[in-house]
Amino acid sequence: MAKQPIITVNNLVKNYGDFAAVKGISFEVYEGEIFGLLGPNGAGKTTTLEIIETLREKTSGDITVDGFNIDTDKDSIKQRIGVQLQAAGYYPNLNLSELIELFAGLYGVDKTPMEMLGKVALTDKAKAKYKDLSGGQKQRFSIATTLINNPRIVFLDEPTTGLDPQARRNLWDLIREIRDQGTTVVITTHYMDEAEVLCDRVAFVDAGHIIGINTPDHFIDELVASGFERKKQVKLANLEDVFINLTGKEWREG
Amino acid sequence: MNPQKYSNTKATLAIAKASFRAILRSPSAVVFTLAFPLIFIVVFANIGGGGVTVDVGVAKTTDTLSPIYQALKSVKVVHLIQDQTTEDMKGNLSKGIIDAVIDIHKNNALPAYTINVQYTKASVEKGNILRSVLSNIYYNINNRTLGGTPPVAEIKETTVSGREYKYIDFILPGQLGFSILSSGVFGTAFVFLSLRLTLVIKRFFATPVRRSSIVLGEALARIAFSLLGALFIILVGHYLFGFTLIHGVVTVLNMLVLSTLGLIIFMGFGFIISGIAKNESTVPPLSNIITMPQFLLSGTFFSVTAFPKWLQAISNVLPLTHLNNAMRKVAFEGAGLADVTHQLLILLIWFVIVYAVAIKTFKWE
Repeated sequence: MAKQPIITVNNLVKNYGDFAAVKGISFEVYEGEIFGLLGPNGAGKTTTLEIIETLREKTSGDITVDGFNIDTDKDSIKQRIGVQLQAAGYYPNLNLSELIELFAGLYGVDKTPMEMLGKVALTDKAKAKYKDLSGGQKQRFSIATTLINNPRIVFLDEPTTGLDPQARRNLWDLIREIRDQGTTVVITTHYMDEAEVLCDRVAFVDAGHIIGINTPDHFIDELVASGFERKKQVKLANLEDVFINLTGKEWREG
Repeated sequence: MNPQKYSNTKATLAIAKASFRAILRSPSAVVFTLAFPLIFIVVFANIGGGGVTVDVGVAKTTDTLSPIYQALKSVKVVHLIQDQTTEDMKGNLSKGIIDAVIDIHKNNALPAYTINVQYTKASVEKGNILRSVLSNIYYNINNRTLGGTPPVAEIKETTVSGREYKYIDFILPGQLGFSILSSGVFGTAFVFLSLRLTLVIKRFFATPVRRSSIVLGEALARIAFSLLGALFIILVGHYLFGFTLIHGVVTVLNMLVLSTLGLIIFMGFGFIISGIAKNESTVPPLSNIITMPQFLLSGTFFSVTAFPKWLQAISNVLPLTHLNNAMRKVAFEGAGLADVTHQLLILLIWFVIVYAVAIKTFKWE
């Protein structure tokens, strides 16, 4: 597959008053990949993401999303992307099926609640309230709302934070499925094991700069080649493998 | 990608539908819009004409044996005063301590009786009540003596204004105003603050929806809910407590139009509060600053004219006072919207002020 950029960010700067949150970063996201933005808290990941999602104004720089310029075509971009926000809530007092109906109206598309809930295996929760869902179910529902408009790109901001290992793996499968159906995924995470198995390419962001973009394998090989060695001998399994082995792959609701 | 063109109307209606569902499931909205006003109506309707009496001075020259006088005596709302001197009556009338002075003469020619009524500008509202009561009596007496063929002009007059003024006619429009006030202020403030704090609005912004659709959708839902509530209150009042609706459906429609206008203004206060409030616990005190004075001073329970002059001056500034006045004129006096332009104009001024502030203070995120 030819690597066709679907998002191009060029020299993006964002200042909050005197504080420079993003200091001139540039990168490309290729069509059909899972792209990870990695970095410590406060590095500027969420700010960068929200500017691309048209939720924040940038200070300077050029951004193109699926061929549309962010300065002139915000509405076209909004129609082509799906956005999952960190810690976003949903309209109070409505059940999942009514929330899907609401979002279908907001995006102006005809989708039945069952069709969307089916994509994330939540049809049996159609009459439940969002606040009564488990952490994993909440994240899956959030992802369902991002898929309503058949987006070209979905943005997921720390979707697995706070989930147990089973729910996390379940969500990885869902994210891979979305990618395999041709949707580009941009994701932020604090879990490097997650980025390693999930992302096709990752960018490291620190203090408002991008300090490296490549495949996870490339970064690891590079580090190993430089003579780096883990203090502890790497075994063929880790503790999470033990956890999954002991408690089962079966994902629990609750 | 999306073959059909994006529809703002569709988005607005989707928000309105979602919001309407949410309001129906929110206990506080139902309690404030329906339960409280109905409880007050039931309580006060059963207390009877406890609040409103029209004090009418009876001139010394009055023929107290006349059927008109006897009929007047049997009207509960009217309190006839005979133990004051002519001088005292004159003074009290100008101060509004008594609401009118009546003098009934028997004539030797037709018409058999002449009723001289002196009203006072100090008590226009109660003067109107007496005017209605008198024309009602006038109509009944004419009807009886002329054997069902009264003069055409008199029939017209009496069908417009001749009726008994019941306490429900006073209390119900006030409770309607109260219902609209609390729904508009509390409801709007809570909804927009919580949508902002829980990032629901931020998530909306990631969709192609316009800001105007969000505000309009929410407003439509609240108006629809409040009008259903108002209709329910009016119907309960009419069928269970005999609330007067002069022109039937037309009067109800006029009242609903007034309710909508009032609601739009009170929602403006809600927008302001949602912008100022830092969290949900600051909403009730801020809302109470807006609603309590109007609840007490705008003629919800007591006629504004019962207050001392300095307090009346405050009352006459508040928007709910004018909404209540307009509502009573429409409901009881059978006025059309064109007859309450004075009240509507003051409400328009409030609209401009409130939304000028709301635009400055409202926060999206």
